[in-house]
This record gives sequence, structure tokens and C-alpha cells, in this order.
Amino acid sequence: MTKRKAKIALEDGRVFNGFSCGAIGEAYGEVIFNTSMSGYQEILTDPSYKGQLITMTYPLIGNYGVNKSDAESARPFTGGFIVRECCPVPSNWRSEQSLPEYLKNNGIVGIEGVDTRALTKHIRMQGAMRSVISTLDLDNDSLIAKVKASQGLEGKDLVKEVTCKEKYVWNKEGKYKVTVIDCGVKHNILKLLEKYDCRVTVVPAGTTALDILEKKPDGVMLSNGPGDPQAARTVYANVEKLLGKVPIFGICLGHQMIGLAIGGKTYKLKFGHHGGNQPVKDLTTGKILITVQNHGFCVDMDTLDAREIEATHINLNDNTLEGFRHKKLPVFSVQFHPEYGPGPRDSEYLFKQFTDMMEESNA
Amino acid sequence: MPKRTDIKRILIIGSGPIVIGQACEFDFSGTQACKALKQEGFEVVLVNSNPATIMTDPEIADKTYIEPITPEVVAKIIAKERPDALLPTLGGQTGLNTAMKLCEMGVLDKFSVKMIGADYDVIKKAENRECFKEAMQKIGLDLPQSGLAHNMEQAIEVAEKIGFPLIVRPSFTLGGTGGGTAYDIEGFKELAARGLHNSMTNEILIEESIIGWKEYELEVMRDRMDNVVIVCSIENLDPMGVHTGDSITVAPQQTLSDREYQDMRDASLAIIREIGVETGGSNIQFAVNPETGRMVVIEMNPRVSRSSALASKATGFPIAKFAAKLAVGYSLDEISNDITRKTPASFEPAIDYCVVKVPRFTFEKFPGTDSTLGISMKSVGETMAIGRTFREALQKGLRGLETGKHGLDDMKKSSELDVQVLSDFISRPNADRIFYIKEAFVRGCSIDEIYALSKIDPWFLRNMKEIIDMEKEVTEALAGKLPESIASGEDIKDIVREAKRFGFSDEAMSRMMGCRETEFREARKKAGVIPTYKLVDTCAAEFEAYTPYYYSTYEDECEVTRSDRKKIMILGGGPNRIGQGIEFDYCCCHASFALKELGYETIMVNSNPETVSTDYDTSDRLYFEPLTFEDVMNIIDKERPDGVIVQFGGQTPLNLADRLEAAGVPIIGTSVRSIALAEDRKQFKALLDSLGLKQPPNGTANSTGEALKKAASIGYPVVVRPSYVLGGRAMKIVYDDEALIEFMAEAIDVSPGHPVLLDRFLENAIEIDVDALSDGEDVLVCGVMEHIEEAGIHSGDSACVLPPHNISDNIIAEIKKQTVQLALALDIKGLMNVQYAVRNNNIYVLEVNPRASRTVPFVSKATGLPMAKAAAKIMSGKRIKDMGIKDPMEGLYYTSVKESVLPFSRFSGIDIILGPEMMSTGEVMGISKNFGTAFAKAQAGAGQILPREGKVFISVRDSDKRNIVFLAKKLQDMGFTIVATLGTAKTLRNNNVKVEVIKKMRDGKPNILDIVRSGEVALIINTPIGKKPHSDGAIIRSTAVMRGIPCVTTMAGAQASVNGIESALDMEETVKSLQEYYGEIKNG
Repeated sequence: MTKRKAKIALEDGRVFNGFSCGAIGEAYGEVIFNTSMSGYQEILTDPSYKGQLITMTYPLIGNYGVNKSDAESARPFTGGFIVRECCPVPSNWRSEQSLPEYLKNNGIVGIEGVDTRALTKHIRMQGAMRSVISTLDLDNDSLIAKVKASQGLEGKDLVKEVTCKEKYVWNKEGKYKVTVIDCGVKHNILKLLEKYDCRVTVVPAGTTALDILEKKPDGVMLSNGPGDPQAARTVYANVEKLLGKVPIFGICLGHQMIGLAIGGKTYKLKFGHHGGNQPVKDLTTGKILITVQNHGFCVDMDTLDAREIEATHINLNDNTLEGFRHKKLPVFSVQFHPEYGPGPRDSEYLFKQFTDMMEESNA
Repeated sequence: MPKRTDIKRILIIGSGPIVIGQACEFDFSGTQACKALKQEGFEVVLVNSNPATIMTDPEIADKTYIEPITPEVVAKIIAKERPDALLPTLGGQTGLNTAMKLCEMGVLDKFSVKMIGADYDVIKKAENRECFKEAMQKIGLDLPQSGLAHNMEQAIEVAEKIGFPLIVRPSFTLGGTGGGTAYDIEGFKELAARGLHNSMTNEILIEESIIGWKEYELEVMRDRMDNVVIVCSIENLDPMGVHTGDSITVAPQQTLSDREYQDMRDASLAIIREIGVETGGSNIQFAVNPETGRMVVIEMNPRVSRSSALASKATGFPIAKFAAKLAVGYSLDEISNDITRKTPASFEPAIDYCVVKVPRFTFEKFPGTDSTLGISMKSVGETMAIGRTFREALQKGLRGLETGKHGLDDMKKSSELDVQVLSDFISRPNADRIFYIKEAFVRGCSIDEIYALSKIDPWFLRNMKEIIDMEKEVTEALAGKLPESIASGEDIKDIVREAKRFGFSDEAMSRMMGCRETEFREARKKAGVIPTYKLVDTCAAEFEAYTPYYYSTYEDECEVTRSDRKKIMILGGGPNRIGQGIEFDYCCCHASFALKELGYETIMVNSNPETVSTDYDTSDRLYFEPLTFEDVMNIIDKERPDGVIVQFGGQTPLNLADRLEAAGVPIIGTSVRSIALAEDRKQFKALLDSLGLKQPPNGTANSTGEALKKAASIGYPVVVRPSYVLGGRAMKIVYDDEALIEFMAEAIDVSPGHPVLLDRFLENAIEIDVDALSDGEDVLVCGVMEHIEEAGIHSGDSACVLPPHNISDNIIAEIKKQTVQLALALDIKGLMNVQYAVRNNNIYVLEVNPRASRTVPFVSKATGLPMAKAAAKIMSGKRIKDMGIKDPMEGLYYTSVKESVLPFSRFSGIDIILGPEMMSTGEVMGISKNFGTAFAKAQAGAGQILPREGKVFISVRDSDKRNIVFLAKKLQDMGFTIVATLGTAKTLRNNNVKVEVIKKMRDGKPNILDIVRSGEVALIINTPIGKKPHSDGAIIRSTAVMRGIPCVTTMAGAQASVNGIESALDMEETVKSLQEYYGEIKNG
């Protein structure tokens, strides 16, 4: 047992012990928990986790290793990774690398052996908060002091840290010309657009409305992304200018961008929704979708103009808003992830809804 | 969508007796469903032949029929009760098959009964191999190559097309009866023949072998709005080729990536929609090629199952309860999650622990049978364990099995094996395979080598290897150190804690340290290495949980908060086994219900996922833990209960009683001293002498020489048995010195270090079972039962009748008197069971069991007095006279018969002769005004439908020849044809019975075996001379069992059967609910 010790310290003074299972170092961020039992690789590579330390509630992580094709972006974006047990020798015919190796190679600080259930309960009761994982400094007081001095998520524009530097073409074939505004886009969004006959160009989040419209896209996809939506002012200011000019589909942060662009407000949830088992009701069909979610902020339905906006989806666990559509303009969005990756694929039909909307608009 | 208003009265069909493949899980599901439907305001009509179920308690359903589950009988119940709907998906394969038959017979149409949940076409589509295959192809899912056959010719054709090895699966059977793997044409023919016979539709599926592939199961639920959720995924440690009931299984799945898992989820959604299960739970099995990832669909069960019970316990999501609500119209989002209260049932549970289920086998009961595991289920029970890692859960599961192992222990017999034999034990699936794997690792084999042999996924193997490596590390660190050192140094404490996190038991750790378990335990506690308890909450702590359902693990934070209420803890019975099953779980549940009524907080401890006791609804708190001293004491340390009950869970908690009491635990009810007194030969004899009660001559012996001497003084025949064993394990009747010497050799092996008990066997005596309640001052005899088989057959295997029908009132009165004497002398507080033998008006006490007996549920159902509830109240201090109960046998105007159900058809080639060693897995009950009809009903319930016409084959030993004449005449008068071999035929002819003579097996063809095989014989009466494995009789009997022909092996049984046939022919059978029977007693 020559494992290297590690600790997580929270801003309220709580400290958890464990052992290092990734890169050596110190990682700061907002500690949250994710209840997905599989899909750790997709979660690690989801840019929306920028600035966060992810606690996996399922204790046995890494069992099936890591492979290239399951990545949701070019590299992991999470600040740090907290698990009960990180499997050193994976078993799966697609596995290319073990998870501890992958974390080390990508500079992700990881900690295992943690009572992740205790940590999860703590977050549930006290809320998501600033934290640090350290494999270097093991002094509780010092760590807590450092956490208190660190910057939080609120008010911080993390989109500019994860968006692409330059625009790129994802695929060249397809009936519908779609521009994706990359706030931290997951590959599965692009793959599904491609599957639904779109030819996709991805542009940096700062691209102006004018530049976007100039290319005459059939539709615009506002992607997921990290952080406090209100801090991504440049993005939603642009979205405001796109409304009514082109069909728009927003996912997660993209949904919040639309919410802000139409004059709504967002607020922070106590510990957010992060997992693959969130029940959402589609109010237009009455059907229940088991959805994938990853958001700490939420659009406040009460701040939206009911004459123009109609709620289309609500979360059945806490009745928060999960999706809406504009009654007059070709705009709709959802807070959850219809592109899954990881998680259930119940809401993939929304991509079809997007192409139908483009079809109608073109007609 | 709200509740349906077009139905008011719903019929639920139970699963009948406990058999291999259908156990307590259907009591758990049925009870949940009945309660849920009643709560919703529906009237529930229930039929189940098994009295040892909670669901047949009269308050659970509105009308409770303890009647045989045959289509004919259920049809009568339908005609009488006129339900609007039938919910067929909760009673296992039995319930489903019966519902299908009722539909085919036109009964459902005739009485306009709707099938809800899943209708005829849906069930057929899922269960009929060809329909299922077509459906899967339609939705583009992959299946193993296969073909159907309805006769041998077709079967051979298909086999040749696909090539060996092949799997043979009969359609419409439970637990895969009659299925198997064939490696060549000879083996194939045999399997195909059996399969064709066992299938209700004479149909078998012949399939490409996918042995060694990874095996998975998904539990799926759908509502009327077409919402579908996956409740749980399960991965089998034993790969394809072993029945999932016989596999070690793990939840959730461990080795699929999310993408692969979602493919499986998508497939499941598509399957349940295509098959068309309207509402409720289904179980879908998949296999995945470990090299390529090719996924194939194996099968779907459109009903709740053993796996859904496991999934319910593993996640906290009550599948059967929700299935019932969905069947009456609710949608998933209209049902609230009981555990979180605030969130709906329309979600997929997230779990934050690892669950391991380990099957329990009893091959030792069936010597000579093949112990290789295959696709036909052989295990009789299971235990489930929860831990934060697979290693921890696996080791907890292995010690929860109660087979003498405390985790991934060494196995004595494996260390001497040569490499070739060891390899064979690893490649050939068997009950102890995991321990052979350990031996291989200890010898230095690599994960790859063991994978090549076993095809067990390397992920599981690596975890096992880590346990073994840890054992080595701990042994090195602890060996030679004193227990006190654990508290003195951080390093050693860290190692101990880490080992506990690997699931090592105190017992195992003390072995490594070289100290006593209690010493280790004390030192560990002093060092502060104590377990934490975590909640099973469906949501991985995302929401607050309101149901205290706990498991232990070694983490930082414990979630138990002790309440200040008065609390009583009930120790359950662990995994089902022969001799200890649902009867004891029934008693544990009743104890909990009764004590809750009195205002106590009840705490249940058990490890059996099939049971009602481990439903989080049953007790105020549930600890899902192994029933070992360590695990129980840890909970007691945390909860500090005011009383602990050990007398309801069978032998398991009783075996802990001494140590618990020594540790200062307040055991309530009959004292541990009294329990020991009843077990101790000498003290017990002295007690009987002082009371002036008789006992058959007896003695104990520690050696063969001593045994021979004692036997000579007692006189043959002698009943011999090892002490301290359960269910008559290795018990025998010996007639001479030679047999005694043979027995002694075996007995010393079964229970080393304990003396052997010898009793004079009372030939031709009638055995009587008595269950009584006592509070120390008053005694109430609740049930006096007469065994139908003569003394010498284990009471658990014997049929019995209440009230007795061959015993005079004087003798009954005397038996009651003696029972009262015994109860007072032993200072019984709670339940007591006494077994007597009556011969020539002499009463002999055979044994006293100061605890719940197997017959408590039967007596409770037969009399309407819930004995176990009353006993629990007595244990908490209540007096019988204050409970307002009167003699429950008084005014009984009907007769109840209990019959045992035997698992012989699972173990091909074994003889079915009953003896002092218990072999039955379950029981059924028949109730009627007269004995004959009650007996016939019990037989029908047990699957032995007494014939009304045809040929009866009679072959009896010389001593029975005189008595058989009368029965043969009666059978002849009723229109049966008598067939016999020469000897018996002669006797019958001499007494004017017409007999067809048939050849013995060695005398050429056609002989008796031929006519049994061909199905010409409708009933066999065959009393054996001795239990020789290869005699004609043994072969005929085992063939009869495999063919489903009723076979009677005792004269008393023959007498009762003839009686039963007479009654069945005599009068139309009537169906009557328990509520009607009880009502008539009350009204006098």
C-alpha cells in the first residue's frame, strides 16, 4: 500500500481523505456530484464541466477503460475527479487505456478512496461550493484557506476558455446548413446533427450575429457550455440579434442563452442536476423522457413573457423548467442533453424537431 | 392517466409451492401487489396453494383461496367470484401458464374477465420461441442461430444444420426445466426427448451455443402511456451457460461502456414495445461476445421474476407494487417514489454501491447427482450482499451463504488437487468454482490463464485476485502480533481498516492474526475500526431518503441515527435451503407486524432478497446483512435494541443465540438455556423421566464401537443421525450392524467432533406434530397434526392432516396434556413444536423444538389463529389470557392437509424414496370438509394430479402385500386397470383382483419401464425394499418423476391416495375461500 495520499477541502471547512489516482497537483473548482453509473469518459471530456470538480456517486469507476471514440471533445475539461475506486486494469474489448493513465496523461488531478456518498450528501445539504483536490499539500487548514481565496464560478465567463479558436467544418454533406455556436460543444451534438442530414459548421462563441447570418444557415444550434450563463454576455447579446432571423435550437447553456436573450433571468440551483436519470415531461405529448442533465443554473419561467413563450418540458423531480419554445418565432431549447453521450437516448427526437423546423422555415 | 374505473374486482394467481426456480420472490411480489390494489380500493381475489405465504394471510386479499393452482380449479373460482380482471404477471411461470390455459379454455371470455398487464397475445409472443424470434428480427435485433422442433426427427434436422455444441430449451417451463447443453448427438437425443416432454406445448428450441459470452439482464417497466424505464441492470459473473438463478450476479452492470449499455437499453425499450407488454415489469436477458461486442437477445419474461425481486431489493424500487398500480391505469409519473417521497417513480434508480447475489446449493442432499451447473436451475436459495466495492459485497455474500465460509476462504479439499483436476473444476461450472479459482490464484496462476478456463470476465477475476493479494499482505502484517496492537499503531490500524473495506470478516482476520474472533473484534472496536451504515435510497443520495434500509460498509460517515423508541430486533433466516425456507420468513414477518401493532420499533436483519421480510415496508428498519455473529453484533452495537428474537428465523439465528447471550444481548422469549436443554440428550431425557413421559430407547455414541454397543442394547431398527445439523441432514434408519458401520463413517464427516444420536425406530407408528404457544404460565395447543406417512420419514417431507383422522380423542387429549407439561417444564415463552410417535396407544416423545417450526404457517392457516404474531406478543411480555384467543382446534368442521413438494425432477437419476433426511423444498395445502378431498387437493397442488381412470402399476414389498389387496380392489371397483409384476400379481389374483402381468426390466420387453415411459401408466404404487440406486424400483420411480406420473412410495400414502381418488370421483370438488371457512367457524 504505497498509494499517494490526497485530500479534498471544501470552503465550509469539510475535508475528505483519499489517495491520488490521477495527475499530481492541486485542482480548484466547484465540487458537484454526478449520479451516472457509466459514461465517465464522456463526462470527463464534456467542456461544460470546466471549472468543476466532479464527484461520481457510483463507486466503481474506470472498469471498462477509456477509448478514443467515446470522447466528447478533444480532451478532458474537468478540473478534478473524485471517486470511491478508480479501476487500474480495465476490461472491455474497446478499451485502449486505463482511466488512471488517462487522467495522468491529461493532467487531471484525481482522488480515490473517498467516502463519496458522504461528500454527495454534504453537497446536497450545503450546496455546490468552492473546493480543492490536492495531492501535494495535505494540511487541512492550509487547503481550506486556499479554497477560500480561490475564485468561484458565479460571474465568471468560462465559455471563452472552452470555445474553439477558429471556425471549422464538421461535415460537408447534408441537406440542412447548420451553424453551431460553440460554447463548449459536445461531439455527440455534431454527430447527431450529421445523422439528421445537416452539414455543420462550428463557429467560436464570440462570432457576431452578422457574420453568422451572412453565411445564410438554415438553422443555428446553440451548444452546451460551462459556467454562469449571465457571464456569457457576448453570446446572449448575439443570440438576441439572431431571434426571428433563423431557426434556433438551444441545448443546456444554449437554452439559458436564449432565455436571457428573450429577457428572462437565470438562477443558480443549490447543487444542480448532473446525471443520466432525470425524469422530464414533454408537455406537448405528455410523455416522460429519462434525460441526461448537467447544469447548475436554470432559467426562471416566471421571468419569461407567457404571451410569447410556452414551457415545453419540466423536470418531474423538482418542477424546474427544462425546455420552452417561442410561440411566434422558430426558436426552441431544452435544458437537458438530447444528444446524450453519456446516458439514455429518449430525447433524440428533438434533433428531428429541429430539422422539421428548418424545413418549415424554408418552405 | 388516472386509475381505471371499468374494473372493480381483480384475480391474482400465486405461484404455488416453493420449488427450485420459484421461491419466496413471488410471495414478495404478490403481497406487494395485493396490498397496493387493496389500497387503491379494488377487491382482490387471490388463489395460491402455498399456506406459508404472507399473501395468503386472510387480511392481505379480500378473498383468499388456498386451492390447487390448476386451470380447472381457478376456473371454478372465476365462476364463483366473477372478477373483472386477471393480473397474470405476478405469480411466476405458474401464474402465467395458468392464465394462458384459462384463456385457451375460453373461461376468461365466458366470464368476461380481462387480462391486465399483459394479455394472451403478448405472453405468447414473449414465451413462444418462434413468435419471439420473429418479433426480434422485425425490430432488427440479433439472436443466436436457432430452430424449433416438435418431434425428434425435426430436432435432429435442426441440430445437424447448426452444429454442436447446442443448447436445448423447452418452451413454457419454469426455471429452464429439462434444458441443457449437448456436445454430441447421443446427449442431444436424450435432452431433446426430455425437453419435448417437459414443455407444455411439446416444443423445444435448439440454439447456437454462446457459452462463455458475457451475460446481462435488464429489468424494464412500462406504463399505459408508453413510458419505459430501466430499473436495474445485472451482470452475471458466471458467463453464458449457467442458469442466471445459479450464477453469481452483480448489480449494476460493471464492464460495459455507456455506449454499449445504452445500446442494450435501447434494445430493451424496443423489445418491451414490440412484444407489447402493456404495463408492468419485464426481464430481458442479453449475451455479449467478449471479443467482438456482438450483442444478442436471449429471452424475455413478460412478468415479475426472481431477478425483479433482486432488482427491487438492490435498488429500493418496488417493481411488483408499481406493476400492480400500472396495471390498473396509473402512469409512472403518477406514482410517487416511497423512499424519497417527493420524486415520482418515472425515473431510473441510481445506485452508489455494488450488489452481489450468490446462489445456495444443496447437492449434499442428493448424492450421485451431477453437480455441474448448466442452463437448468439447481440452486435452492440465494443471498444478497451490498458493499461499496465488488470485493466487499462478494465477501459479505459468501459469508451470508452460511456454508461455513467467511468470505473468499480457502477450501480444504482443493489444496491437494492436481493441476488437471483443478483446471477441470474451474472450466466446469460448479457450486464451489469460486473457491477453486482462489486455489489457482494462490498457486500462482494468472488472470489470463483462469479467464481462458472459466471465461469469467477479467474484471471479476482481478478483483478476486486483489482479495487474495490483500489476504497475503494482511497475514504478513498481522501474523504473530497481539490483537491489542491494532489500537496501538496507525499502520496496523490502517491495514485492518483497508482489509475490512475489502470485506474480510473478523473470523477471517482473526485466523490471519492467530487469535480468537472475539479478541480480534474487541481490539478492532477499540481501535475505532467500526462499520458505517449507508442507505439504499434509489437515488445515490441526490434526494433525502425516508425509508431506513441499510447496509454496512467501512466508510467515514454513518447514516444511522438511533431513535429513542422501544425497539425489538428480529433475526431472519438467511438464504433458503432445504429445511429452512419461507415458513421461517413468514414467522419473522409476523413477529414484525405484531410488535409494530404493540408500538415497538421493529428492526429486521436478513440477507435473502427473495423474501417479504426484506421488503422495506415490512419493518421499521431493515438491515440487509449476513446473519453472522459479527454482522449481527455490529448492528446491535449501533441500535442497542431492547429485545432480540432468535426463535423465528430457523436454525440460523438459533445457532447465534449462545454467543449473542454471552455478549450480553437481551434475547427475548424462551431462554437460551431452555433451547439448549431441549437439544441436550441427557438433560432432555432426565426432564422426560421427571415428567413421566416416554421416549423411544436411545443413546449417543462417539465412536463406531460405542455405536454398535448402544445399537445392540436399543435394538434394531435404529434411527441414527449426527447432532447439530439441520433438516435431518445425513439421518438414516439402519437395520443391522453393517449399515450402522457404513453410516458412522459418513456421520463423522458431516458433523465432526459431535456425537451421533441413536433412537429405536418405531416401525408402523403414527407420527404426530404439535405446535403450541406458551407464556410460561398458560399453554395453548394450537395444532395437532397427524402425519400421513409413517414415522421414519422426515416431518418436513411427510404429508400431514389437521385435525388428526386416525387418532382417538383420548390420545389427542393425552398428547395435549403432555405438550402442556413440556411447555411449562421448559418455561417456553413463545412457540414450541413437539413431535410424538403413537404406537399401540403408547405415546412417545420424539423431539421438542422450542422455536418456530415449519408447520406454524400451516397451522395458522388451518385454524385462523396467527400463531407467530401471538408468540411475538408473548415474547414482548403479553399474556395469552389477555389476548382473547381460544382453543383454535375447537369447532374446526373442515380438514386441512399439508403436502410436501419435492425437487426430484431437477436431479435426474436420483431415487425418490423418502426417509429421515428432509428433501422437500416447499409445501401446499388442501382444505375440504372431508379428508379424501382435502388430500386430493393437496396432491393436485403439489403437482400430483390423482388420475380418475387408467392403469395403476402396483409393486410392493412382501410386508405390504396383504394390505395392498384392499386398495387394489377399491381401485378396480373405481374402474382402474391393475398392472403388476409377477410376485405382486400372484397375491392380488389369489384375492380375486384382476391383474395384467408385466415383465420386470431384466425379463425382456415390453417391460414395466417401457409402459411407464410411454405414459400408459396413470399411477404407480411402489413401496421399496431398500434404497438401492440401480434397482428396478429406483429406475421406475425416477422415470415416473421425470414424466410427471404420480408415484406413491408408502402404504399410508397409497391409502390416502385411494381415498383422495374416491372423493374426487365421488363428489364435485368445491372451492371455498379462507374468509368463508373462518366465518363459518365464528358463526358456529
